[in-house]
Amino acid sequence: MTQQSLPATAGPRSRDAAPSASRPRRGWLPLLGTVPFFAYTAIFLLLPTVLVLVGAFRSREGAFTTNGITQALSERTLGIFVNSLWVSALTALVGAVLGAIIAYALVTAPFGSLGRRVFTAFMSVVAQFGGVMLAFAFIATFGINGMLTRLLRQWAGFEVDPGMLSTLAGVALVYCYFQIPLMVIVFLPALEGLRPQWREATANLGGTARTYWTRVAGPILLPSFLGSYLLLFANSFSAFATAAALISQQTIIVPMEIESALRNENDLGMDAYAQALALGMIIVVALVMWGYARLSRRASRWTA
Amino acid sequence: MKKTSLAFAAVASAMALVLTGCGGSGGGASTAAVDAAKFKTATSAADVGGMDALVAAAKAEGTINVIALPDDWANYGQIKKEFAAKYGIKVNSILPDASSKEEIDAADKNKGTTNAPDVFDLGAAVTLASTDRFAPYKVAAFDKIPAGNKEATGLWVNDYTGIMSVGYNATKFGEITSLDQLTDPKFKGQVAFNGKPAEAGAAFNGFLMVNNANGGTLDNLQPGIDWVKKLKAAGSLNLADVTAGTIDAGQHGVVFDWSYNQVATTTRLKAKGVDWKVFVPAKGEIASYYNQAVSKDAPHPAAARLFEEYLYSAAGQNAWVKGGASPILFAQMKADGTLDAAAAANLPVVAGTPQTPTSAQATAANAFLKANWDAAVA
Repeated sequence: MTQQSLPATAGPRSRDAAPSASRPRRGWLPLLGTVPFFAYTAIFLLLPTVLVLVGAFRSREGAFTTNGITQALSERTLGIFVNSLWVSALTALVGAVLGAIIAYALVTAPFGSLGRRVFTAFMSVVAQFGGVMLAFAFIATFGINGMLTRLLRQWAGFEVDPGMLSTLAGVALVYCYFQIPLMVIVFLPALEGLRPQWREATANLGGTARTYWTRVAGPILLPSFLGSYLLLFANSFSAFATAAALISQQTIIVPMEIESALRNENDLGMDAYAQALALGMIIVVALVMWGYARLSRRASRWTA
Repeated sequence: MKKTSLAFAAVASAMALVLTGCGGSGGGASTAAVDAAKFKTATSAADVGGMDALVAAAKAEGTINVIALPDDWANYGQIKKEFAAKYGIKVNSILPDASSKEEIDAADKNKGTTNAPDVFDLGAAVTLASTDRFAPYKVAAFDKIPAGNKEATGLWVNDYTGIMSVGYNATKFGEITSLDQLTDPKFKGQVAFNGKPAEAGAAFNGFLMVNNANGGTLDNLQPGIDWVKKLKAAGSLNLADVTAGTIDAGQHGVVFDWSYNQVATTTRLKAKGVDWKVFVPAKGEIASYYNQAVSKDAPHPAAARLFEEYLYSAAGQNAWVKGGASPILFAQMKADGTLDAAAAANLPVVAGTPQTPTSAQATAANAFLKANWDAAVA
C-alpha cells in the first residue's frame, strides 16, 4: 500500500527545463545521486522479479520444470485467481466511489480548518490499518462473541452469521475498511486541483451545475479517479495477512495459495508452483501499473 | 512444524537472517577450530571422548540455533529454558511458527552462516525427503529405541507423538463424547481444524481422525469429507485461524489438534476458570511421530549433539510427557521407573490402537484433500 505518488500531483514539468546537452559535462558526479534509487529498485523490484521468473521453472532439485506453470493453469488455481480479481475489483469500486464522495465532502470544508485536518489525519491512519490487527478488530466486533454481535442479539434479537467474516464477502467487507480511507487521501489532491474559476466560468457561459460536472469537472477528474481505482485494486490484490487470519482452513485468494504452497509440509514439490503463482500476480500488477502510468500521464495535464 | 501464523512475517525474518548472516563471523570458534571438524562428523558422544568432552565443546560454542519450536508446542518452552539453564548455552529460537518444510528451506538459505539451524524437529514426509541435509548421530539411548522408529545410522530418530484429539470448552458446552454432537446448533461457528489439511500436518491428522471416527480408513477418505460437509452445512465449522487469542476470546470453542497442543490451552484457561477438556473420538485414534535430526551444516555441531542427548535423557523425555506428548522412550522409562508418573497420568485416555498413515497413504491422502477440501468447506 503506497501513496507516495498521488495521481494528480505527479507531473513531469521540470524535465523540459533542463536539457542535458546545454549543461557542462561533469561526468559521473551528477549520476551518483541516482545510485540509491536504482540500487533500491534493482534489489527490491528487479531482483525478486527475476528470481520469481527463474523459480517458476525450477524444481526443488534445481532442474528445469514446467510443472509449476501447468499446476498454476489448473481449473482450481484459475478459480482462486478469479476470486482474487473479483474481491479486488469489488472492494476497489466500493472504495473508489464512497471514498470520492467523502473526499468531495471534505474539500467543501474550508482549507486548513480544524475539522478537515483532523478528518484527513484520521483517514491517513485508518488507510494504513491492516493485517492481522484489522482481522482481529473485526472478529472482536462482528465475530461469534463480538461486541456488536452480542449487542444485536440482546437488543434486536438479530443473529449475525458467525461464519460471515470467513467468506469471500466477509473479506471484501473488511477490505473496504482500508480501501475507502485510502481513496480519500489519494483522491483529495485531485479534487483540490479543481479551480473555483472553472465553475464560475461555466456559470458565466450559462452552464448549470450538471454541465459543470459532466462537461468540465468530470472529464478532468476521470483519469485521477480511474488511476486511484487501479491503485486500490493493486492494494487489495496484494493484501494477504488480513484474509489469512480470517480464513485459515481454506484457500480463497492467490497470496494465500502461495503461502500454502511454500509452507506445505505434506507435499514438498510445490516451490515452482508458488513461484508460478507469484509470476501470475506480477503479470496482473504489471498490467495495472501500465494502466496507472497511462492514466496519470493524462491526469497530469490538468495540474500545471 | 506447525502452521498458524504469517508466512510473510516468516519470509521477512528469513530474509533478515540471510542479511545478518552475511555479516556474521564464526564468533568464539577460533580456539575450537581444530576440534570443530571432529564434532561435525561425530556420530556419538563416545566419538569425541564422552559426554564431558561434548558438554565442554558445546559450552565453548555457547549457542544453539533451534527452529520451529513454539513455546506452547509439546512443552518446548520448558525444554528450551531448562537446556539453556543446565548447560549455560544460549538457545536461539528461530522462526518458532515455521512449518517442517520451512525448517529445511531455512537451513538451505542460511547454509554456511552462524544463523543456520543446528537441529530439526520434522514431520514424517519432510524427514524422509530431506535425509541429505542430516548428519548421522546416535544418542546414548539410541539402542533402546525400537528399530522401526529410527534410521539405522541415526540420520533421524522418532522423538514424540501426540494423539489427535478434540479439545473443547466444557464449561460452556458440557461433556462431549462423540463427533456427532458437533452438528448441534449450540456449536455454531465454534469448531476448527488447526490449519489446512492439505498443507499442515496437524490439520491433516485432524482430518484423518474425523474420517476414521466416521467409518473411513486411511485409504478411504470420503466419509471424512462427507462429515466435514455436514459440519459446514450445520454452520459449526469456523474457518478463522486458531490462535491462543481466538480460543481465549471464545471464538473457537472446539479445536482438533494434537494432545500436546491442548495441554497449554488447558493450563491457560484453568487460570480463567474455564475447563478445557480433551477427548479422543472412538476409532479416530491417530498418532504420528515427529523426528529429530542434526543438521549436516550445523554452525554449532557440539551444541546440536548435546541438545539431542538432552532430549533423549529422562529430563527431556519427561518434559514432553508433561506437555501432553508421548515420547519414544515412554515404555522404556516406565519399565526403568524413570517416568514422571504424575505427568503421564494426565495424558489423554486412548481406547483403540493409534494408527499412522504410511508414506504412500499420506501422499495419496494429501492429493485427495488438495482436490476436495476447499470445495467441501466452501
